[in-house]
Amino acid sequence: MTEISMAQALNAALRDAVKDDDRVLIFGEDVGPLGGVFRVTDGITADFGEERCFDTPLAESGIVGFAVGMAMGGFRPVVEMQFDAFAYPAFEQITSHVAKLRNRTRGALSLPMVIRIPYAGGIGGVEHHCDSSEAYYTHTPGLRVVTPGTPQDAYDLLRDSIDSPDPVIFLEPKCRYWSKETVSFTRDGAAMDRAVVRREGKDVTLIAYGPMVATAMETAEAAKAEGWDVEVVDLRSLSPFDDETVTASVRRTGRAVVVHEAAGFGGYGAEVVARVTEQCFHQLHAPVLRVTGLDIPYPPPKLERHQLPDVDRILDTVARLQWNDEPAVAGA
Amino acid sequence: MSRETLAAALLPSPVPVRFLAEDGTRVDEHGAYTEPPSERLVEAYRLMVLGRRFDIQATALTKQGRLAVYPSSAGQEACQVASALALTEADWLFPTYRDSVALVARGLEPGEILTLLRGDAHCGYDPAETRVAPQCTPLATQTLHAAGLAHAMQRRGEEAVAFALIGDGATSEGDFHEALNFAAVFKAPVVFFVQNNGFAISVPFEKQSAAPALAYKGVGYGVRSEQVDGNDAVAVLSVLDDAVAHARAGRGPVLVEAHTYRIDAHTNADDATRYRDPAEVEKWRAADPVRRLETYLTTENLLSGEDIERFRAEAETFAAGVRDTLNADVEPDPLSLFEHVYAVPTRQLAAQRALVAAELEAVEG
Ligand SMILES: Cc1ncc(C[n+]2csc(CCOP(=O)(O)OP(=O)(O)O)c2C)c(N)n1
Repeated sequence: MTEISMAQALNAALRDAVKDDDRVLIFGEDVGPLGGVFRVTDGITADFGEERCFDTPLAESGIVGFAVGMAMGGFRPVVEMQFDAFAYPAFEQITSHVAKLRNRTRGALSLPMVIRIPYAGGIGGVEHHCDSSEAYYTHTPGLRVVTPGTPQDAYDLLRDSIDSPDPVIFLEPKCRYWSKETVSFTRDGAAMDRAVVRREGKDVTLIAYGPMVATAMETAEAAKAEGWDVEVVDLRSLSPFDDETVTASVRRTGRAVVVHEAAGFGGYGAEVVARVTEQCFHQLHAPVLRVTGLDIPYPPPKLERHQLPDVDRILDTVARLQWNDEPAVAGA
Repeated sequence: MSRETLAAALLPSPVPVRFLAEDGTRVDEHGAYTEPPSERLVEAYRLMVLGRRFDIQATALTKQGRLAVYPSSAGQEACQVASALALTEADWLFPTYRDSVALVARGLEPGEILTLLRGDAHCGYDPAETRVAPQCTPLATQTLHAAGLAHAMQRRGEEAVAFALIGDGATSEGDFHEALNFAAVFKAPVVFFVQNNGFAISVPFEKQSAAPALAYKGVGYGVRSEQVDGNDAVAVLSVLDDAVAHARAGRGPVLVEAHTYRIDAHTNADDATRYRDPAEVEKWRAADPVRRLETYLTTENLLSGEDIERFRAEAETFAAGVRDTLNADVEPDPLSLFEHVYAVPTRQLAAQRALVAAELEAVEG
């Protein structure tokens, strides 16, 4: 077994899905002969034909709305939005139709479709190429929102998402496209809807997802030197939220920090903090804290290091959880 | 075909296609279009009488508080009825909120059509079974669904057509343009039917678009286009029959614009006297599509006084049925709120369902 990148794992998942199910179609901007701007669809048109993987006119609402019709007509579209901020023209189709059709028709019509969105920053991209848009989608009932943090999860989650009878927003952390690991292509079907404990520890739980999983793992390693034993939970599924796994972890450690790249205000982390607080109040030794991006439009590349939570910022926050069972002081 | 001949083939006729003058006499402004067989015209007339009566009944039900809101299509019956008659059972219809009469003509139950406007459910019928998409409220979004579904049917080798209804105002939305382009590029069997009824709520057509006619918008996308007198049922039926046949034969999408008029306000909640002159409405009343077809068919001896009486009586019975159905109070089950949000239910929703169930029990118990 050789190591492959997350982009290659996603490519393998798409190929296997196209092979296994005639209804699966891939389309979007530049996904055909070019293989997508991140090469996630590399070679699929060459190997499976234009019928199965094809370029569309340049129109995001068009791509998603067309996919809605095709899913109504019995296909399973897997569409690519080229970059996070360019999915916004399709936002109405996603919130008004993709999320709601099953409910509006009381189950008569379903939309098994996957909308793949390369998201978040850390690649030195210019503006509109680095948005963390998860909160928009997780706030929309009817959608499943997932994001892989590792190549193995990328493969498993994408296959599960394509098989899902519910529409899935599939957020691909751009900065991890090139991270590698050995991937097994036998699926156990357990990735969907479930968080996973990536690393066990007994002092504090770091809750992360997508691009921040690797950063959280690094932080856990660095924390050893400080004498802290850090557990890392990778959410994988942002909606629905896996309370069980998260709650069990925080009850064990008694402390939690939520880490994400998106702006903190009104962000996804607030939801996680609320749930953890509600369910683990009596086990908590300190308030649940957040480490998030700043509440600013995504900055230009030369400044993005200030935006992204890094090991130091997370460690500083962990330090604020105070290890003497005294209550932590917010903002200290 | 050279690009020049192709462009010429896509162009709409310079004036709207018309078979009947406003007084119901036959005119020759229909180019190569042929008059539909008389049985189809009589059936169209019957459905228009039924549709108008339905529309009046639904409007009355808003006054009694039985419907939350109703967007009338009075004056647009020729367009509404022809939309349904042009299609087979295998074809898909994509209606908007205003197109309830098209659904009546398609044979759907009034109670099922009006659940949306009554507030019971977002869609009262089964779209998979009836091949009628839910009536669409976000403007123009359904045109893309029609294009996608048409492409899906084509791939599956079904000889069916998707037929999308859209208003004049909604043609300004981006989705309409994306849909025309997608349909043309994929040669999808879809008919886009614009009912230009003069207004988007309060905004008149002149402030909506500077195009000589909306039909011209198809040409730039490579979509065959046509314009028709929307109050002439003979013309609308003939043009739509032709458009559907064109799409069905795999020759690509068609855009048809019908010039018509919205006789009533945007909905019962709107005051149209604030933005238009009642004299304009009177002028259009004289162009009434139902009377126009009635005069023509009677003059041609295709319709007798007894037929008319029979159709009106049928419409009265139908309206009485609508009243009875809507007067029966049906209380939707609150727990149904949690159904069909996901195919695979989430734990979060299960918890919230339990909460509402407990609240209900506390109230009832
Ligand atoms: C995306 C969107 N924007 C605004 C509205 C509010 N709205 C409802 S109907 C309407 C006017 C539509 O006019 P037109 O397309 O001419 O259709 P008509 O109602 O005249 O049949 C507006 C602005 C909406 N439903 N959807």
